[in-house]
Amino acid sequence: MQRNLNHTKICVIEKVIDETPTVRTLIFSDDVMSSVLPGQFAMVWIPGINELPMSVMIAQESGKAAFTVRKHGPASTGLFNVKVGQQIGVRGPYGNSFDLKQGKLLLVGGGTGLVPMMRLLTHIKPNDDVTVLIGAKSKNEVFFEDLANNLLKNNPHRVIVTTDDGTYGEKGFVTSMVEKLVNEINFDGIYTCGPEIMMYKTVQLAHSRGLFVQASLERMMKCGVGICGSCCVGEDLVCKDGTVFDGDHLISNKEFGRFHRNKAGILENY
Amino acid sequence: MEPSLVTSIGKIQLERPVMLASGILGISLDVFNRLYRSGAGAVVSKSLSTEPWDGYPNPTIFGINGGGWINAVGLSNPGAPNFAKMIEPNKDVPIIISLVGSIPEDFSTMVEQFKNSKVIAYELNLSCPHVAKVGLEVGDDPELVKKIVSTVKNSTNVPVIAKVGLGTTHYLNTVSAAIDSGIDAITAINTIRAIAIDVETQRPILSNKFGGLSGTPIKPIALRCVYEISSKYDIPIIGCGGISTWEDALEFILAGASAIQIGSAIGDNWIHVFNDINKGILQYMKRKGYSKIDEMIGLAKKS
Ligand SMILES: Cc1cc2nc3c(=O)[nH]c(=O)nc-3n(C[C@H](O)[C@H](O)[C@H](O)COP(=O)(O)OP(=O)(O)OC[C@H]3O[C@@H](n4cnc5c(N)ncnc54)[C@H](O)[C@@H]3O)c2cc1C
Ligand SMILES: Cc1cc2nc3c(=O)[nH]c(=O)nc-3n(C[C@H](O)[C@H](O)[C@H](O)COP(=O)(O)O)c2cc1C
Ligand code: FES
Repeated sequence: MQRNLNHTKICVIEKVIDETPTVRTLIFSDDVMSSVLPGQFAMVWIPGINELPMSVMIAQESGKAAFTVRKHGPASTGLFNVKVGQQIGVRGPYGNSFDLKQGKLLLVGGGTGLVPMMRLLTHIKPNDDVTVLIGAKSKNEVFFEDLANNLLKNNPHRVIVTTDDGTYGEKGFVTSMVEKLVNEINFDGIYTCGPEIMMYKTVQLAHSRGLFVQASLERMMKCGVGICGSCCVGEDLVCKDGTVFDGDHLISNKEFGRFHRNKAGILENY
Repeated sequence: MEPSLVTSIGKIQLERPVMLASGILGISLDVFNRLYRSGAGAVVSKSLSTEPWDGYPNPTIFGINGGGWINAVGLSNPGAPNFAKMIEPNKDVPIIISLVGSIPEDFSTMVEQFKNSKVIAYELNLSCPHVAKVGLEVGDDPELVKKIVSTVKNSTNVPVIAKVGLGTTHYLNTVSAAIDSGIDAITAINTIRAIAIDVETQRPILSNKFGGLSGTPIKPIALRCVYEISSKYDIPIIGCGGISTWEDALEFILAGASAIQIGSAIGDNWIHVFNDINKGILQYMKRKGYSKIDEMIGLAKKS
């Protein structure tokens, strides 16, 4: 029988990589998850603890995939603490993916929002000129810088890190660097994933200059399949219509960058 | 002449017979607007309680191999007052408010909170199978059902629907109690109490262990219920449970339903299901020579 992608599949963690003191990458084998499109996500079950939406991270070997998780509340801490040999459940993949443009590309990632950016890098064409912006609070929270450089080694590229406190790379918010770059370069495509305020600013900056921009949104997710309604942003459902949306669509969405919903579905300010 | 999809559920008139079932995509007016534009004849809100509820932790939903879903979202909802405020600007969408509570006063308090909203009906959730002290536990007590229905009927002129399901009391007793107290229509059925166990980790998957089974596996059961109710009582019925195609929808109409609700099929086929079903019913009507939905309701009982 064909695999039912909504049915939780059990996978065993084969390897754990510490990226920073609070971020880990967990690697497992799964054909379906290893070949997802950039931007797609899975619902990840940590038995006995919770189930979380996670972007699907790349793994070096074929047939393998990964999740890169930052420990935060009980659910993500549960996933963060999963050891080699332990089982997790995955269902999906869910969601759409980025539209790939060619030419001068700008990727803006904050924190674990870098995950879909890394998978996007595996889809670029040899001639694309790629700038990757990595935003972090401070030096010890920077990760994937080497990975990005490595994935781009055959392309004209630069990887720029900004830290809010200036302990590494350029000092300041990543969006200040976005502003600087979009004033200098006529990018063919801009892609972003990370904290919504960062994406909001990036989308505004790009959109106001008429540049093609897409952002991958995060919302409270319970079902992942467009049934529960918890992930709505205006009239859009992030799990079904997204997670990737065009900038011009987002600009007209009155909740993007301003509100999100809590577990009861009440609108709260960002 | 083009046949008409207009249907009436007692005093409730709908342009189209396919509605959104409660608990599905139901927390934003913008989404309601979109579903209405996509072909839904009406939308039913998530079941609302007097206070906001977070619901159960994830996993709250699970896709069964072979089709169907088990969910224990736990009636998470923003609470009736917040919801009433959100739908205040509504002009066009026929909204049915679903309510859940333990005692008659819970329901009458909430109805009061919607008195300035544009609402075409209330649906009393007497059948959620996985939250204690509300839903099925209320529906399983016919005396309590009578009190709730009378209280709500006395608090509003808007039509009131009772949503029944399969519990420990025979659901026909719940139907009968609701009819005795003046209910305007019946929705049948809700999800059916169920469980899913993962064999690798050897534990139930849903955080609440038990959930409600929905989707294609429950369709024949829901259809049986609609057929039974319409054979026994003279009350408008809304069929719900496992409907995903126009043929499914017509089966419920032929069994006696005046309208149908759709939930899980949205998870399988997304919101195109509304228009797909509308189109299918229209084509069937043309082919068979019907001009109104009304002409088809309950036809299967004649034979
Ligand atoms: C599409 C998508 C992709 C994501 N990818 C990643 C990733 O690659 N790496 C990563 O570290 N994080 C990712 N997240 C965020 C992650 O799902 C959690 O929200 C975050 O880790 C916080 O969890 P917690 O431990 O605080 O949750 P808790 O406070 O323990 O609460 C757990 C419950 O709340 C839900 N929940 C809480 N906050 C959110 C939220 N913002 N979004 C969705 N559900 C929430 C969980 O599903 C769970 O049911 C992603 C979120 C989405 C929507
Ligand atoms: C995720 C989910 C949440 C639901 N929440 C509610 C609810 O809040 N109130 C209610 O009366 N029914 C609720 N239901 C039941 C549905 O309204 C419907 O009766 C049931 O799912 C059967 O229809 P279906 O097979 O088309 O899904 C829910 C069902 C699902 C799948
Ligand atoms: S997570 Fe349930 S609708 Fe998107």
